[in-house]
Amino acid sequence: MSTAHDTTRDPAMPPAPRAAQKTSAGSSVDLRLIGGLAALLALLIVPIFLRNFVVFQLTIILAYAIAILSLNILTGASGQVSLGHSAFFAAGAYAAGILMEHGGVPYGLAIPLAGVICFVFGFLFGLPALRLKGVYLALATFALAIAAPPLLKLGTFEHWTGGVQGLLLTKPDPAFGLPISQDRYLYYLTLAIALLIYWLSVNLLNSRTGRAFMAIRDNEIAASSMGVDLALYKTLAFGISAGITGIAGALGALAVAFVAPDAYTFNFAIALFLGMVIGGVGWLPGSLAGAAFIVLVPNMAESVSKGLSGAVFGVFIIAMIFLLPNGARQLVDLTYNQIRKLIR
Amino acid sequence: MSINLRPHLGVLSAAALALAVSGGTALAQKKYDTGATDTEIKIGNIMPYSGPASAYGVIGKTIDAYFKKINAEGGINGRKINFISYDDGYSPPKAVEQVRKLVESDEVLLVFDPLGTPSNTAIQRYLNQRKVPQLFVATGAAKWDDPKNFPWTMGWQPNYYTEGKIYAQYLLKEKPNAKIAILYQNDDFGKDYLKGIKDGLGGKANQIVAESSYEVTEPTVDSHIVKLKSSGADAFFNITTPKFAAQAIKKVAELDWKPTHLLTNVSLSIGSVIKPAGPQNAQGIISAAYLKDTSDPQWKDDSGMKKFDEFLKTYYPEANRIDASVMFGYNVSQTMVQVLKQAGDNLTRENIMKQAASLKNLETDGLLPGIKINTSATDFAPISSVQLIRFKGEAWERFGDILSSDATH
Repeated sequence: MSTAHDTTRDPAMPPAPRAAQKTSAGSSVDLRLIGGLAALLALLIVPIFLRNFVVFQLTIILAYAIAILSLNILTGASGQVSLGHSAFFAAGAYAAGILMEHGGVPYGLAIPLAGVICFVFGFLFGLPALRLKGVYLALATFALAIAAPPLLKLGTFEHWTGGVQGLLLTKPDPAFGLPISQDRYLYYLTLAIALLIYWLSVNLLNSRTGRAFMAIRDNEIAASSMGVDLALYKTLAFGISAGITGIAGALGALAVAFVAPDAYTFNFAIALFLGMVIGGVGWLPGSLAGAAFIVLVPNMAESVSKGLSGAVFGVFIIAMIFLLPNGARQLVDLTYNQIRKLIR
Repeated sequence: MSINLRPHLGVLSAAALALAVSGGTALAQKKYDTGATDTEIKIGNIMPYSGPASAYGVIGKTIDAYFKKINAEGGINGRKINFISYDDGYSPPKAVEQVRKLVESDEVLLVFDPLGTPSNTAIQRYLNQRKVPQLFVATGAAKWDDPKNFPWTMGWQPNYYTEGKIYAQYLLKEKPNAKIAILYQNDDFGKDYLKGIKDGLGGKANQIVAESSYEVTEPTVDSHIVKLKSSGADAFFNITTPKFAAQAIKKVAELDWKPTHLLTNVSLSIGSVIKPAGPQNAQGIISAAYLKDTSDPQWKDDSGMKKFDEFLKTYYPEANRIDASVMFGYNVSQTMVQVLKQAGDNLTRENIMKQAASLKNLETDGLLPGIKINTSATDFAPISSVQLIRFKGEAWERFGDILSSDATH
């Protein structure tokens, strides 16, 4: 948990990169802007040339990236640790699935509704979590993660959730009769939502609310003596984070076209947490790198050794933590510094 | 003279050979879909090599070893099998990702023996839309036998639902007034059985006096057994996976509870269930089988078992012989090989499904005598019969007729 604080306190790079642009030197602003634009352009153009399967993989990465971003808001900004985000992801996925398949709600409406439902869910969970800090909060949210799959299997809700058999979703056809495949359409839909959420999150963290989050993270007593309503802002952070994760869950469910309890085990919660650390805690663009890591690296590990894939994955993680303790953000920083030296 | 003749002869024979080969192709009309060529058949698979169900990963390793044996013996109709198996960690989204990789990137001809009900449900619609065979799925759910809606999906093993029904009917015959207690695993496996038992009991379902479910994450089922015994039941359905089955058998004996004890086929392994529980505690337990138990001495001189052991010795020496998954993988592979043999040079996906749906009285090495694999255009359930068995002394004893699911309808 200490890494969370260390990285987010790093004065060289405040949580929101756009915020950095205002304060840093001119040349670095340009470099960061160029880097961001290049990444955006790649996300927009590259999928056109890829096979449907890879586009599908990228969609999953984007959905996970959104979930990791929400975790970054919670942990990186407000300093609360959650190991239970798989439960919010599941809630979003099931909410969208049930609304679409049982309620006949169009997916365009089901996705934001899943977000709203998860916001309420997260806000309510935030209330008892208020009294907990650090590892205790981590454990409480962990309980949420292990409770989710059995709850989803419960016979009482079987009519809605499909119980252990899960629920099949209909993949949406491209809107406006666009002449692209379902996979590509879903990718661009997910990308658009991801960018919107990213933009909103950056603005949120630069706003009064964001500053309140960070004040709470740095020192609760100081924050409350400055007039920050601790209870409100802490639960709000939980609610917002859960809501965004719910949207990610809905998008992930649409891409896979199936939801089942076994998809959202606590392993997945740990994977999301891992993704956040790998991307760099508190650094929003790192979410994408973290998501790519948790999707692609297990595949790489498997190609190294089938029987020992778990162990190989472990080695990758340890290597990452040792070589780049601050995650992808550190790598980006290093690259920037090198380029700046070259320019000079 | 002879020196001059030799090259001519060579050219001639080469020409003759070329003619023969081309004539052969014209006659047999070699037809291929993606994933099949003159030299290779690409077969895809997903398995939980990691995660909560990783114990089943052994099936994937056995299949891989068996195909190595087939390749070493010259392949099928001259073609080598290229078996590509990925880990899905028992997670449905990962299963979709891996199967799409198999179909769209590795370009396999078919997907063979993917494991787990959730994973198979997740990929079923995709594979049927793409018209890629999803053959001999490794799950006992009843829903894979649905050729009308899913003509590209086929099961393999007898389904849990039917087995549950068979047990219920047996109990009604033997002990019509039984008071019934049920312990089941809270997942698709347990619930399918439960439904089968209840449907099998029919009007007598009210004789169920106690019902208890456990999660796979629980360390022990002891407390459930205590609870079930206190209900005063005199018949016990033990719907558990191996580890829990052993615990349950032991606890029932410890409590000196002597119900008619019915155990699922999933947990009848002598090596991994009966021995840990103590054979003296398992006397008289009833179950149903379709495969030979590798740890059962009665198969010592059986020719099928000998072939199985030879295969293990050469191609899979590190295998745990008493693990029922090894026997499972061996037999399901033999079924696949038979389908490919029947398909001959017509390796289109359509023909693969056609051949998979025309298996007639196939007996793989590990099937119990009298149990045969049969499929048709309307019957996508390859193994649909079992035989009741009772544990006696140190081994299972078969009794009664071969029971087929059709008889229970």
